[in-house]
Amino acid sequence: MMVAQGDPRLAVIGRRLARVARVVPVMSSKGGVGKTLLSCLLALALSERGARVGLLDLDVTNPTAHVVLGADLSKFPEEDRGVVPPLIGGVKFMSVAYYSGENPLPLRGWEIDNVVREVLAVTIWGDLDFLVIDTPPGIGDEVLDVLSYFPKHEPLVVATPSPLTVTSVRRLLKLLTEAVKGELIRVVENMARDNSSIIADLARKFRVGFLGKVRFDEGVDRAVGDIDALRESRMYRDVSMIAEKLL
Amino acid sequence: MRGDAKYSGVARVVHEWALAEAIADYVFKTAPSAKRVRVTVRLGELQAVDEGILEFALREIMKSEGIECEVVLKREDCVLKCRKCGYEWLLKEVEFGEEVREAIHFVPEVVHSYLKCPKCGSRDFEVIKGRGVWVEEVSWE
Ligand SMILES: Nc1ncnc2c1ncn2[C@@H]1O[C@H](COP(=O)(O)OP(=O)(O)OP(=O)(O)O)[C@@H](O)[C@H]1O
Ligand SMILES: [Mg+2]
Ligand SMILES: [Zn+2]
Repeated sequence: MMVAQGDPRLAVIGRRLARVARVVPVMSSKGGVGKTLLSCLLALALSERGARVGLLDLDVTNPTAHVVLGADLSKFPEEDRGVVPPLIGGVKFMSVAYYSGENPLPLRGWEIDNVVREVLAVTIWGDLDFLVIDTPPGIGDEVLDVLSYFPKHEPLVVATPSPLTVTSVRRLLKLLTEAVKGELIRVVENMARDNSSIIADLARKFRVGFLGKVRFDEGVDRAVGDIDALRESRMYRDVSMIAEKLL
Repeated sequence: MRGDAKYSGVARVVHEWALAEAIADYVFKTAPSAKRVRVTVRLGELQAVDEGILEFALREIMKSEGIECEVVLKREDCVLKCRKCGYEWLLKEVEFGEEVREAIHFVPEVVHSYLKCPKCGSRDFEVIKGRGVWVEEVSWE
C-alpha cells in the first residue's frame, strides 16, 4: 500500500489556468510606480481590442484595483463549480477585496501564500487570451507565488525614470532573467516626463523587451473609479499602444 | 446512502465543487494508475465547508473517472492564537454575522479583517489549527 498527504489546492491550479493563453503579471519591486493603474488600463485596453481578458488583484493585503475599476464590492461573486469573476468593463475581475471589503487585512507571509493558493484553486477563469495580474511592490510572497504557481508567464515590469526605481527594478530584473526567458520579460516606463532613456537602457542591458513610455497624466486620478472617464484619459491612450505591442 | 436529489443541484453550483476537484486532482497526480483509493480529508472549522456537498462532489468526480473511492472526512476545530499577547481561543467562542461567515468560507484568511484578539485587541493572530481543506492521507494499492 502507498500513502501520500498534501495540499490539494496546488494540484488544481494547472486545470484552472488550462484555457488561459497568456499570463501577464505586472510587477515592480518599487512601490507607487503605477502597477495597479497600469494593470487595470492594460486589461481594459486589451479587452477593447477584442481579447478575452481577466484581471486578478494579487496585492492581497492592500487590494486597490477595484477602486480603479469602480467595482461593486457589496455582492460576492457568483458560484458555479467555483468562483466566477464578475465582468467589469468587459474584464473578468477577481480580488480578495470582495471578501475583505475595505477592512484592514494584516497577514503574515504564509497566510498570503494561503490566500494565493485558495484564490487560484477556486477561481474559474474559463477561456482567456490574457490574464493580467496586479502585484504588490517588493519581491515577497505574492511575486514568488506568481513565479512558482503559474506554469507560464510573461512579466511586465513597471519602472519610473528615477535613480531609486532603477536600483530597485534592477534587482527584480536580475531575479526574473534567472528564471524566465528574456524575450518573455518586458519593461514599461511609467510617469515619463521627458525623453530620458534611463529605463530603455536598463531593459537593453538585461536583454529584455522595452514596450515604451506611458506619460505622466495629471488628469488620470480624477478618472479613477469611472471606466468611461479612464478610457478618455491620456494615460489610457499611451497604455493602448503598449497593449497593441502585446497582442 | 445520500440521495443524488439532495445534493446534485447544489453541488454543481457552490464552490465546494472546486475544492472537491482539487482533492480529485491531487489523487490523480499522486496515484495516477490507482483504481481503488481511500482519501482522508481534514476539514478545518474556519472554512466551514459543507461536508455533504464536498463528499458528494468528490464521489461524482471519482465515479466519472472510473475510480472506486472511499472518502473519510475529519472535522478539525479551529484554534486561534495571538502573536502579540499569546492568548489562545476557539473559533466556537466567536460570533460572526452571515456575511462574514460567507466571506471567510471563500478565503479563510479574511478572518483577520473581522476578528481581533479578545484579550489585547490585536489582529496579529494565527490560525494554529482548523483552517481549511487538507488531504491527510491518500492510500492505494
Ligand atoms: N502615468 C501616470 N500619470 C499620472 N499619475 C499616475 C500615472 N501612473 C500612476 N499614477 C498615479 O500614481 C499613484 C500610484 O499609482 P498605483 O497605485 O497604480 O501604483 P502602484 O505601483 O500600484 O502602487 P503600490 O506599489 O502601492 O501597489 C496613483 O495616484 C496613480 O494615479
Ligand atoms: Mg498597487
Ligand atoms: Zn492578544
